[in-house]
Amino acid sequence: MRESFNYRRIMERYSLVLILLLFMIVCSFLNETFMTKTNMLNVLRQQSVIIILAIGEMLLIISGMLDLSAGSVLALSGVLSVSTYKATESMMLAISVGIGVAVICNILNGIMITYYKAPPFIATLAMQAVARGAVLFYCKGVNIYRIGDFTIIGQGSFLGIPNPVYILAAVILVMIFVMRNTRFGRSVYAVGGNEEAANAAGISVHGVKMRAFILNGVLVGIAGIIFMSRVNGGVPNGGMNYEFDALTATIIGGTSFSGGTGTVFGTVIGAFLVGFLNNIMNLLSINSYIQQMVRGIIIAVAVIWDIYSKKQKTYSIKNARHDKDTGTTQATLARGLLIGVSLMTLFSAF
Amino acid sequence: MAAEYKLELRNICKSFPGVRALDGVNLALRKGTVHALVGENGAGKSTLMKILDGVHQPDEGQILLDGKAITIASPIEARRYGIAMIFQELTYVPDLTLAENLCLGDWPRGKYGVDWAALRKNAVELLRKEGLSYPHDTLMRSLSVSDIQMIEILKAVNHNAQIVIMDEPTSALTDREVENLFEKIADLKSRGVAIVYISHKMDEIFRIADDVTVLRDGQYIKTMPIGEVTEDELIELMVGRKLENQFPKEAVPLGEEVLRVEELRVDGVFQDINFHLRAGEIIGFFGLMGAGRTEIMRAIFGLDRYDGGHIFIEGKKTGNRSVAESVRSGVAMLTEDRRRSGIIPMRSVKENTTISSLGRYYRSGRYYKARELQEVSAACASMNVKTPSLDTHISTLSGGNQQKVLLARWLLCEPRVLILDEPTRGIDVGAKKEIYQLMTEFARKGNGIIMVSSEMPEVIGMCDRIYVLHEGRLTGELAREQFSQQAIMNLAIQ
Repeated sequence: MRESFNYRRIMERYSLVLILLLFMIVCSFLNETFMTKTNMLNVLRQQSVIIILAIGEMLLIISGMLDLSAGSVLALSGVLSVSTYKATESMMLAISVGIGVAVICNILNGIMITYYKAPPFIATLAMQAVARGAVLFYCKGVNIYRIGDFTIIGQGSFLGIPNPVYILAAVILVMIFVMRNTRFGRSVYAVGGNEEAANAAGISVHGVKMRAFILNGVLVGIAGIIFMSRVNGGVPNGGMNYEFDALTATIIGGTSFSGGTGTVFGTVIGAFLVGFLNNIMNLLSINSYIQQMVRGIIIAVAVIWDIYSKKQKTYSIKNARHDKDTGTTQATLARGLLIGVSLMTLFSAF
Repeated sequence: MAAEYKLELRNICKSFPGVRALDGVNLALRKGTVHALVGENGAGKSTLMKILDGVHQPDEGQILLDGKAITIASPIEARRYGIAMIFQELTYVPDLTLAENLCLGDWPRGKYGVDWAALRKNAVELLRKEGLSYPHDTLMRSLSVSDIQMIEILKAVNHNAQIVIMDEPTSALTDREVENLFEKIADLKSRGVAIVYISHKMDEIFRIADDVTVLRDGQYIKTMPIGEVTEDELIELMVGRKLENQFPKEAVPLGEEVLRVEELRVDGVFQDINFHLRAGEIIGFFGLMGAGRTEIMRAIFGLDRYDGGHIFIEGKKTGNRSVAESVRSGVAMLTEDRRRSGIIPMRSVKENTTISSLGRYYRSGRYYKARELQEVSAACASMNVKTPSLDTHISTLSGGNQQKVLLARWLLCEPRVLILDEPTRGIDVGAKKEIYQLMTEFARKGNGIIMVSSEMPEVIGMCDRIYVLHEGRLTGELAREQFSQQAIMNLAIQ
C-alpha cells in the first residue's frame, strides 16, 4: 500500500530537523563563532558521549524502562578501561574491559528489574550509587593521569574529523539497523507499547528487557572509553548527571516516556538540539544557573506536550496518525525553544 | 402518589460506541425491600448500576428519588443522595485502618486538619452499635473478604445510605459468611433501606428478594414480586430471546484429535477439567462470570502456570510452557481484553499483525520487508480490515477492526487450535458476522476452535459441542442436538 505524497506526514516526520536548522540559523545570528568549523566540531566531540548514552536511554524508554546509572557506570567502566590500558598497554584488552564492566552492571540492572520485579527507576538508582562508590573507592577518589596512547580514541582525528565522530556514526548506523531491521527491535517497541499484550503474543518480555540492558551496557561502555580518552585521564567523578542530559535529549527527540515509540534519528536530532542550546548559551556567556533553568523548562514543555498530544489522539479517532513516530512533540518544542531563545537573549541583554 | 417508590428509573437508555447497552430500562425500588436484578452477562446490569452511581450519564430517561427528578453527575453526588455501591471488586485502601476506611472521603475536620479523635470515636461507636468486635485500628489488609464486605456495608450505613446496591456480594464468601450477610441485609431492610441485589445465584434471590427485575440484552423485560415466579420461569425470562439465523455454521467432517486436556487444575481456581477438541470442530465454553473459563484457557496457552493435569496437542504431551512455545506447537489465543492484552496501541496495523510471527520475516540476520508487507496486506484483505493504511496506529481503528487485526495476527501463525475468548465482545453486528464467517472457514480447513463466550446465542449458533462450567468445575457437556438455552443455563447456575 504505497501512499501518495502527504504534506502533513512529511511535516510530522521532519519537523524536528526543521526546528534544528531554524535554531542553528537563529544561533548563527546571535553569535558569529557559532557557525565556525571549530565550534561545530567541538560540539560534535562533546555531544558524542551524550548521544551514545541517549541512544541507550532511548532503547530502554521505548521498552518501558530507563537507566539512571548510565553516568556512574560510564565512570566505572571508563576508569577500569584506562587502568587496564596503563597496566597492559593493550588497547583491545582495555576496550574489552571497559565494555565488559558496563555490560555486567547492566545485566545486574536487568536481573533486578526482570527477575526481582524492581521498578527500573529504583533499581538503576541503586546501581548509580554502587557504581559511583565503586569507582571512587578504586581510585581512592583521585584521578588517574598519564594514560598514554589511550587518548587517541577521544582526541585523535582522521581526515580532519575527530575520532569520536566516527565511532558515533557507527553506533548510530548500527542502532538504526537494530531498531528497524531486527526482530529484537520490533519486540522492544511491542514490549514498551503494551507489555501484557506482547507477552500474550508470545514475546519473551524478560528476554527483551535483558537484551535491551545488555545493549545499553555496550553503549555506556563505549561512551565511557571515549569520555576518559577525551579528558586524558581516569576521572572517577566523570559523567556525573550525564544520564539526565541523555534523558533530556531522548525526550526532546520524541521518545514517549510511556514507552512504545521513539527513533534513533529523533534522539540524535534531540541530542544535537540540546548540544547546540548548551553551546550557544556558553558562547553568549549566560549565567550557568540560568542555563540549568532553561534546560529544565524545555524538558517540562516536551513532556507536557507528549502527554497532551496523546490525550488528543484518543479523543479524535478520525484524525488517524501515522506511525512514523515523533510527530507533534516537535511542534511545541519549536515553541519551547523559541521561549528558550528569547529568554537567553533577554538575559544576555543584562 | 408521593414517593410510593424510594427510587425510580424510567425509560433509561444508554449507548456506547457501537453498542446499545440499555434500551428503555425501568426499575422501581420500594423502601425497605430487596430488589433483585437479574440477567445474563452483558444484559446491562452493570451499566444500569453505574448510572445510579453517577459514573455514566443516561442518554435518555429519568431518575426519580422520592418522586423528584434528579441527575447524578458523579459518584460523590450519588453518595450525597444516599446511594451506596458495594462493588464486586471491593474498593478500599488496604494500608489504612478500619476507622480511616469507614470515613474515607469524608474525614471529620478539626482545627488542624483531620480530627483524629472524632474519627476514632465515630468508628468505635459504629462498630459497637453494629455489634462488631474489630479494634478500630486494624489495617484493612489484615481482614478477610467477608469482614471487608461488612465494613463496606458499615461505610454505607455510616454515610446514611438510603439505597444500597450490591453487585454479586456473595461471590467470594463462604456459606457461613453468606448467612452473616443476609442477616445484615435483613437488618438494613428493617431500617427502611432499599437494596438492589445483583446476583446469578437463584437460591439467594428466592431467599432474600422481594421483587425481581429481569434485563436481557439491554432491554427491560419484566418486574414482578418474587412470589409470582418460579426459578424456571425466571431463567426463561433471562435467556428467552429469539435466535435469528445469523450464524454461518457448517457441519464439517471431524478429523483426528488436535487437543486433549486431562485433569487440569489450578489450585483455588479450577479443577478436574477434562475435554477434547477434534479437527474441524468448534467447541464452546459457557459459564457465568467467575466460572473459570478464561483461567482454563490462559493455563492451556501458557499465560498462567497450572498445578496439575496433562495437555496433549496433536497427540503430543506438553507441560507448563511459555506462550512462544505454545504458538510454535500450533496453539493460538485471542485474549478476552482486547485493550489490555491484545493490541499494542501506539504501533501500526502492520506491526500488530506480525508481532507473533516475526520469525518468518527476520531470518539469519536479514529482514524480509517485502514479504512481510505482502503477507500483512493479504491477511488484512482476507479479514476485510478497514484501515487507511497498514502504517496507521491500531488504536485509531474501531473495535471490530482491531479484533480482525488480532485474528489476522494469529492466523498468520497457522495454528491448529485457536482459542477465542469473548471474540465478539464490544464489536458491532457486522463485524460479528464476519468473525463468525472466519471461524467457519478456519474450522473447514481442518483446525479446531475453542470459543469462550458469555453470549449464549453465539455459543449455541456456532459450536458443535458446549462445555458448561460452574465455579471452576465442568458441570456438563452438551452435543449440538441437546442445545437449549434452558439446559445450558441450568448447568451454569446449578
